[in-house]
Amino acid sequence: MSVKLTTRQVGDVSVVDVAGRITLGEGSSALRDCLRDLISKGHKKILLNLSEVSYIDSSGIGELVSGFTTVTNQGGQLKLLGLTKRVQDLLQITKLYTVFDVHEEEAHAIRSFT
Amino acid sequence: MALNTGGQARRISRVYDSTLQSVDDAEKLALEVAAQTGFAEDDVHRIGMAVRECMVNAVAHGNRYSAHKKVEFSLSAGGGRLQIRIVDQGAGFDVETLPDPLAEENLLRHSGRGIFLVKSFMDEFLVRRLDPSGTEVILVKNLEAPG
Repeated sequence: MSVKLTTRQVGDVSVVDVAGRITLGEGSSALRDCLRDLISKGHKKILLNLSEVSYIDSSGIGELVSGFTTVTNQGGQLKLLGLTKRVQDLLQITKLYTVFDVHEEEAHAIRSFT
Repeated sequence: MALNTGGQARRISRVYDSTLQSVDDAEKLALEVAAQTGFAEDDVHRIGMAVRECMVNAVAHGNRYSAHKKVEFSLSAGGGRLQIRIVDQGAGFDVETLPDPLAEENLLRHSGRGIFLVKSFMDEFLVRRLDPSGTEVILVKNLEAPG
C-alpha cells in the first residue's frame, strides 16, 4: 500500500486520516491533490491525522510544508495530529516541528482551531 | 575509492532502470542487507531512507527518468560497516551549492531536504562528479560510531 486518505468533517474542521507511506510519486501526489481539493472547496480548517503514517520521505515533508503554506496564505489553518516517533524525529531534524501546530489528541486538536 | 571492509566482506551489485520502482527495490535491498549486517532497527530505517533519498536524486534529478539511463547500485558489508555506492548518468550537481534547509528563509521551501537527511543519517557521505557525466554517491554507516 502506498497511501490512503480519508476525509471526514468534525464541526467546521476537515480531518484527513492518512495511512501508509507518503513518498515521492503516488503518496505525495495523493496528499497534494487531497489538500488542493479541500482548499478549492473553501475548507480552511484542516487537521492531518498522521497516526497511521508508517513512512515519510523528503518529498512527503515537502507536501506537508506546501499544504501548510497554501492553507495559511488562504487565511486558514493546517495542523498535525498523532505523529509517530519517526515522523516526529524527521520534523525535529528539519526544524519543522515548531512550524506546525502538532497535537496528540483529536478532541484537543479540534478545539484548538480558531 | 578502495573499501577496507575487513573479513567476510559481502558485496551485492545491481543495475536499475530510472524509475520509482527502482527506488523502492534499492531501498528494500538496503533494508535487508542492513538488518542482516546487524544494525539496530532505527539505523536500518535511517539507512533505508538515505538510500531512498539518493536513489530519488539519481533517478529523478540525475537521469530524469530516462529509459536510456541506468543507475549502478552496490552494497558492501563487512568489518562493521556498510557502504553503498550509487552512480547515475545525469549532468551532476554540486553539493556545496545546495541551500541550507535549516536556514530561516528556507524552512518553508517545498524541496531541498533530501541530501540534508542523508548527511544526518549516515556516518559518511561523499559525492563525486564523473567525467564526462554522471554522479557517484557513496554512503557509509558504521555498526558502532567511532568513539
